[in-house]
Amino acid sequence: MSTVKYTRDHEWVRVEGDIAVIGITDYAQTQLGDVVYVELPELGRKVEQGKEAAVVESVKAASEVYAPISGEVVAVNDALSGEPGKVNLDPMGDGWFLKLRIANPKELEALLDEKSYSGFVEGLH
Amino acid sequence: MRYLPLTDADRREMLAATGADSVAALFRDVPRDVWLERPVDLPHAMGEIEVERALGRLAAKNLPAGAVPSFLGCGAYRHHLPAAVDHLIQRGEFLTSYTPYQPEISQGTLQSLFEFQTQVALITGMDVANASMYDGATACAEAMMMANRLTRRHKAILAGDLHPHYRATAATYARFAGQSVVERRPDPMAEDDLAALLDGETSCVVVQNPGCFGHVRDFSALAAACHRAGALLVVVVNEIVSLGLVTSPGEMDADIVAGEGQSIGNPMGFGGPHLGLFATREKFVRQMPGRLAGQTGDADGRRGYVLTLSTREQHIRREKATSNICTNSGLCALAFTIHLALLGEAGYVRLAEINHARAVAMAERLARIPGITPLTPSFFNEIAVRLPRPAAPVVEALAARGVLAGVPGGRLWPERAELADLLILAATETTTEDDIAALAAGLAEALR
Amino acid sequence: MSEWSKALAGSVAPVEASAPTLSGNRGLMLEEPLLFEQDAPGRSGVDLPPPPPVADRLGVLRRRGPIGLPGLSEPQVVRHFTRLSQKNYGIDLGIYPLGSCTMKHNPRLNEKLARLPGFADIHPLQPQSTVQGALELIDTLARWIKVLTGMPAVAMSPGAGAHGELCGMMCIRAALDARGESSRRRVLVAESAHGTNPATAAACGFTVDPTPANARGRVDLGALRAKLGGDVAAIMVTNPNTCGLFEDEIVAIAEATHAAGAYFYCDGANFNAIVGRVRPGDLGIDCMHLNLHKTFSTPHGGGGPGSGPVVLAESLARFAPLPWLVHDAKGFRLVEETSGASAQALGRIKGFHGQMGMFVRALAYMMSHGADGLRQVSGDAVLNANYLLARLGDVLTASFPGPCMHEALFDDRFLAGTSLTTLDFAKAMIDEGVHPMTMYFPLVVHGALLVEPTETESRQSLDGFIAVVRGLAERASRGEVAPFHAAPGFAPRRRLDETAAARKPVLRWRRAAGSERDAAE
Repeated sequence: MSTVKYTRDHEWVRVEGDIAVIGITDYAQTQLGDVVYVELPELGRKVEQGKEAAVVESVKAASEVYAPISGEVVAVNDALSGEPGKVNLDPMGDGWFLKLRIANPKELEALLDEKSYSGFVEGLH
Repeated sequence: MRYLPLTDADRREMLAATGADSVAALFRDVPRDVWLERPVDLPHAMGEIEVERALGRLAAKNLPAGAVPSFLGCGAYRHHLPAAVDHLIQRGEFLTSYTPYQPEISQGTLQSLFEFQTQVALITGMDVANASMYDGATACAEAMMMANRLTRRHKAILAGDLHPHYRATAATYARFAGQSVVERRPDPMAEDDLAALLDGETSCVVVQNPGCFGHVRDFSALAAACHRAGALLVVVVNEIVSLGLVTSPGEMDADIVAGEGQSIGNPMGFGGPHLGLFATREKFVRQMPGRLAGQTGDADGRRGYVLTLSTREQHIRREKATSNICTNSGLCALAFTIHLALLGEAGYVRLAEINHARAVAMAERLARIPGITPLTPSFFNEIAVRLPRPAAPVVEALAARGVLAGVPGGRLWPERAELADLLILAATETTTEDDIAALAAGLAEALR
Repeated sequence: MSEWSKALAGSVAPVEASAPTLSGNRGLMLEEPLLFEQDAPGRSGVDLPPPPPVADRLGVLRRRGPIGLPGLSEPQVVRHFTRLSQKNYGIDLGIYPLGSCTMKHNPRLNEKLARLPGFADIHPLQPQSTVQGALELIDTLARWIKVLTGMPAVAMSPGAGAHGELCGMMCIRAALDARGESSRRRVLVAESAHGTNPATAAACGFTVDPTPANARGRVDLGALRAKLGGDVAAIMVTNPNTCGLFEDEIVAIAEATHAAGAYFYCDGANFNAIVGRVRPGDLGIDCMHLNLHKTFSTPHGGGGPGSGPVVLAESLARFAPLPWLVHDAKGFRLVEETSGASAQALGRIKGFHGQMGMFVRALAYMMSHGADGLRQVSGDAVLNANYLLARLGDVLTASFPGPCMHEALFDDRFLAGTSLTTLDFAKAMIDEGVHPMTMYFPLVVHGALLVEPTETESRQSLDGFIAVVRGLAERASRGEVAPFHAAPGFAPRRRLDETAAARKPVLRWRRAAGSERDAAE
């Protein structure tokens, strides 16, 4: 069972060995509306925790997706270019954005677990 | 006052509804020491008769190009506008409508923009075009900025025979964006080896076809060289009628086309409003500036049109937008669409052929005048000639005698003394044999 | 599901429009295909003589292969665009209350005068001796603009408001560079600013630092002061602001900005509220663009052309872009190179001299109103907006207490508990024959509705608008939401699928594969 952690910017991270799979949460996709386009980073790019890693666009808005942890981009979800709607339909699964080779596992400790994130989201209303 | 519907009774009753004692009270947030108690020092209101008289007097002090033989070009051209164009664009539903943000009640604007975008893509030989920019010069600058974004490089090479206003505009934009331009020297005699200038920092090469001296060139080899060097080719077209006859930039493998569309549908108007055209390849569309109309369906499944890919634009992306452009040249684009719809393929090609034929006749006639050296062996409807002395006084002398003999080099390149004896002349379908005869006679006389 | 999905799902009851017709037309509302779908090869709506045979000078550069443009006759083209025009709302049709757009009546005298051959048929590069009337017109307009704004200089060439912003911010950067203060790179932009403001600042190489509003909807002076510093180049503030309020601390804002060594850029889009009553120059601004297509009645034309002259303080005037227009004993003259007085001028930001066609229209409008009339314009504009605020404030939720300037800002609190959004409300207005107000701008309130009637709306028109908005608000509060979700049902099109348009953009017509003339594509 892999661990999933969350950020206050509504990104999720699922750790699979030394790889982190990253996407946006169900709350984020509801707020955004229909996703029409996702701008993904090039393979090999090194992203820093808290810095922009991708951009997700709906018809009326464009939002930065920040890297929850630092690492090197080893894969991106090419399926999103033809079917950006996957982000809305399955944000935690098929709608994943990118995979990083984790640079510093300690960075995960600062992130929220599922319970804390749910509590955080409820507090937003 | 004819544009103000409120009567004094209306004002009294409406003021009462607001609960304020006076209109001035509604302005209570304005600091008193900047509040003007009296109207500013400008004339009083005037009826139509007086306004017509005043502005008519100013209009009468100008020499309309249509009243005399006229050979001015250089980015603005005198073409015949079919009568239907001006009638249609003055329909209130087109004239007085806004940007189509409520698409259900803007299908007129949106469908005509979709048609405009298609027309521009077809004539330039590119994949997609936007819904217009202010003019060719700003379209050229925006094309350069787009090339910089796409290549992540910051140095643009500007051909020497790029229209100097376009070169200057691009240089201004680049300077403030922290980017650089290499401005090649304008020389009607030499063909600059632009490919040799490409290096790892070049974002794009910007050329114009036909060039400012009238030359028509094939840029396919330059396009290939740019691509090998990781740079883009931007082709500027500022006489859009030329594409009825000349190989399109798309066929030369250009990446971005920036153009001036004034020649189709719009009067010269002393330089504005004109019509910036912008077209590119499908793969670059998300970096394109300007508005885009796209096809879609409505809730009943009927075909309709909306503004789309708006996340590129300032109202959504703000400081990360591809451009700050908001208002563009909507009505001028509509005029273009209507005129080109009237011309159709056959008319557009024939119009171009007539333009070329008139220019050939003009060139042949001028070549026979002693002292005049033609400089443009291959052209569309515009040529450059060298006179035996500075051209500006010659042009003034001919203007006084009722011939507008073209643009002297000193007007476009005041800083380049070596171009002062150049004269750039354009002919269009409005140019008659009598016009050419008057030009020739005037020049022969002036150069005696 | 997003609001679009909800509207398009088959589960929503359709609006009770008349029964479908055989043709798909509905009375005077006629369907119209694309030009490209009405092509007959060889047909043309223009008669041109066959070109004389010449030894052509194009050589290998003669275009081969067809372009793909459709051929139609004149009657077909006239009918095509007439039918398209019927699918457009316009000021000529009804109230167009878009906040900060100033959709006022477009006088037809302006159109007549702009078409005089002496203005329309002159080439920008004719010898200047042959266009003295045109140059005099530009000079006259420039003088009117300077007097109305109380500013000493004006750059006339920008092609629209956003272009004017670019011009102004470029002048500021040039001034800072000339002062040796190029390290000033931060620009404070009011949070409620129009998107062009930060986009412009970024295009000039500045970094954007948003500055917040206070609870009264104005720029928070304390927060601004805290953000000012030696690295700030300028502030960008709209006055009146995009919430429809006069920045009453603007003089103090200007003083603080200047004390910090920065410049004050003012967005003049809302000048209609104060024209003839306040001169921005008296408020301490350094540069400001005007929108001739807003305050000065030139037509919006479905998205332009506009014109955005920029007034400049003495400290910035020498950096104004070329060309400059000077008037001396010899007459009017364009200065087109940098030398002498114009040595520090910005280069060009556009081809030729500016939007002459819009200059003629704007000057005709200004002269028609005169100084007294322009003062009446702002008075009626502000009165009309306050009348709407007073008569709608109980059914909508005004974001700030009145009085407002020329526009009134509401937010979507009045829709709380109804499941309706500002968007739904706007679409229902369309069915009532009224163009919706600006929605979702400014971003500082939730679900914004920004209403600007302008001074050219009659009492009857305003009362009609009020009745529609009140009726819809009351219907919403009673929970009758189905008609809102299904709206519009009577417009030429129902709600359009913007998601599909963005996911799979179709930005032009293409001939179907396998048909004739494929070679062109």
